[in-house]
Amino acid sequence: MKTLMTGNEAIARGVYEYGVSVAAAYPGTPSTEILENIAKYPEVYSQWSPNEKVAMEVGIGAAIAGARAIVAMKMVGVNVAADPLFTVAYTGTRAGLVLVSADDPGMHSSQNEQDNRLYAAFAKIPLLEPSNSQEAKDMVGLAMDISEAFDTPVMIRITTRIAHSQSLVELNDPLERQVKTFERNPRKYVMLPANGRARRLVVEERMHKLADYTETVAVNYMELQDPTIGIITSGISYQYVKEALPTASILKLGLTNPLPSGLIKEFAAKVDKLYVVEELEPYMEKEVRLLGINVIGKELFPPYGELSVRMVSEKISGQPGITVAPAFDSPIRPPVMCPGCPHRGIFFTLKQLKLIVSGDIGCYTLGAMAPLEAMDTTICMGASISAGLGMIKAHPEMAENMVAVIGDSTFLHSGITGLMDVVYNGANLTTIILDNSITAMTGHQENPSTGKTLMGQPAPQVDFVALCKALGVKRITEVDPFDLARVKETIKTEVAVPEPSVIIARRPCALIIKNTEKPLRVQDCNGCKMCLKLGCPAISFDQENKTAQVDQAQCTGCGVCINVCKFNALRKAGDDNA
Amino acid sequence: MPKIINVLLVGVGGQGTILASKVLTHVAIAEGYEVKMSEIHGMAQRGGSVVTQVRMGEGVYSPVIEPGEADFIVAFEQLEAYRWAHFLKRDGVMIVNTQKIVPLTVLIGATTYPENILDDLKERVGRCIGLDGLKLASEAGNAKATNVVLMGVLSKYMDFPEDSWRNALVERIPAKLLELNQRAFAFGVAEAK
Repeated sequence: MKTLMTGNEAIARGVYEYGVSVAAAYPGTPSTEILENIAKYPEVYSQWSPNEKVAMEVGIGAAIAGARAIVAMKMVGVNVAADPLFTVAYTGTRAGLVLVSADDPGMHSSQNEQDNRLYAAFAKIPLLEPSNSQEAKDMVGLAMDISEAFDTPVMIRITTRIAHSQSLVELNDPLERQVKTFERNPRKYVMLPANGRARRLVVEERMHKLADYTETVAVNYMELQDPTIGIITSGISYQYVKEALPTASILKLGLTNPLPSGLIKEFAAKVDKLYVVEELEPYMEKEVRLLGINVIGKELFPPYGELSVRMVSEKISGQPGITVAPAFDSPIRPPVMCPGCPHRGIFFTLKQLKLIVSGDIGCYTLGAMAPLEAMDTTICMGASISAGLGMIKAHPEMAENMVAVIGDSTFLHSGITGLMDVVYNGANLTTIILDNSITAMTGHQENPSTGKTLMGQPAPQVDFVALCKALGVKRITEVDPFDLARVKETIKTEVAVPEPSVIIARRPCALIIKNTEKPLRVQDCNGCKMCLKLGCPAISFDQENKTAQVDQAQCTGCGVCINVCKFNALRKAGDDNA
Repeated sequence: MPKIINVLLVGVGGQGTILASKVLTHVAIAEGYEVKMSEIHGMAQRGGSVVTQVRMGEGVYSPVIEPGEADFIVAFEQLEAYRWAHFLKRDGVMIVNTQKIVPLTVLIGATTYPENILDDLKERVGRCIGLDGLKLASEAGNAKATNVVLMGVLSKYMDFPEDSWRNALVERIPAKLLELNQRAFAFGVAEAK
């Protein structure tokens, strides 16, 4: 039976079919749905970890103990997980261990565009690149087999167009799930320098063996047609090439670390003009050049953004095609904080107080956008607090003029160590934990503070107050983010106090609660437009009557705008005479 | 295997483009087409522009539709129709739900919502069908069925048998919402006639 599946669903199906027993991840677009779909197979233990390093280590432990394990993350997550990754490449594992890196060329939902194929080369581990959902599923099995045959972790690298595109997948019955026994072997698994030096040589031997294997593995193959044009390609680029140049000869590579130098030489000899078509870095191109083969690649294609059928066709034919410009000038529609979002009032207040805001990654990063525009830096997960510390060490007086903001899931991911450092090294930073009780931006995943696991089991909840206290923070205040007067007073007080402080702004994401409030109404509005500065999608300005108006379908009745209106024009239903 | 058909479904996060695309791909697969579909998740879903791309036919490799290559555009919202109009082929068909969802950039007064979108489109685009899908869906029983009303309209312009569409609704829509959605679909079909 064939079913239409995204690449992420297909990987989850592969996990089910190929005997994987343990799966771990931290959510991140475009990788999130891999674990969400694995969780639909109760045969596989699956979990959200607080961050990617932890997830990687959970996978490593499971695989060393004898169970096939898979770990998934977005490409920047691999930076977090890089430490264990590089060393597990030395130790190897007892059962298969696969890391799925979901890269995001074009930065649809990411802060950078790194090409994680370079990580596979750097860590000296095999790399597989599926080009559609069927291959994504099959390569889970192949990756597990390679991992066990060569005693190495394996990376499967997908991109957004593989993760989130659907194509047909043939479903098979699952293999029997077998978990081997744990065997002690400290010389292999305890990476003291002496043991590490021995394993370092194993890594090189392994790469030599893989260099032979990659020449004959079925996922590396030639499609010989018209010999005038030959194209080496992998991943989604293969699909663009097939459609743009249906008669060209292709060397389609599925196992791209190590690359098959023999096959590449053989292919190069069979074609007149050789190209490498790959998104982002000239990863394969450089290797081909090292073989002394003349090849055309990044001189035609940019090292950034996504490729397309049209681009491949135009660049290789050398003939510019038609450019289709937008027909009309359309105002942009950027993502916005939802109506009733608990973050909105906080950012309104931060802007009002003209504070410098060291920001972080989550829905609340939208606080950087107009009209709130209350964020000054966003670097990576967890950076808000530690970067805030750095700012204060550069300019001690900034402590009275700044805050760090971080969500609940991001704080647990990598904010805790930053806060520990703030206390330890004495920075008078005010940290606001925006606790909306869920990992919201990636689509509402559970985390250690939500009371539930990925598989739906009840779980203990992290107590943020107790945690911050234990880190040594003495001033901790909890506020309701809808109570703007209190929010403003608290922020003013805490920023002025010369010691580290934490404000926990707690209210669940508007999308996960069942709302019982009625939408607000407008009465006696004098048209001052103050409420528009909240950037609420439910509030607009009626140009004819010169008054604010509230979209009754969208308004959640959160009442944040009531706090902002000086003329009492925004009212709760039934509050006519207020 | 028939030639390649490209369908773009465009709208605003939360409008149900994904369910609509599931119905459409179900029909295409049942009719023996190769299918590829692409969508972008993540940040855009928070009230931003969303697009789902469906490609079907022999030799479909790329999951992505390029400007000037769409045979059909189903726009769930007027401004999104405007934004994506250049993706339509010269002889393509555009179906526009006349609903307006004003983006925040307009709400805060940074820019204005274009006027006369439907007239502009009708002038520029080969075939442009405008309809109040939201109203029809409400009449069918729930405004959220706008996506299925639009599939009803689309079904009249594509060459798939009506039975195949009806079957796709049964397969793709939860049982308790089926009757409502069948009504919404029928309203769409009637609107297209």
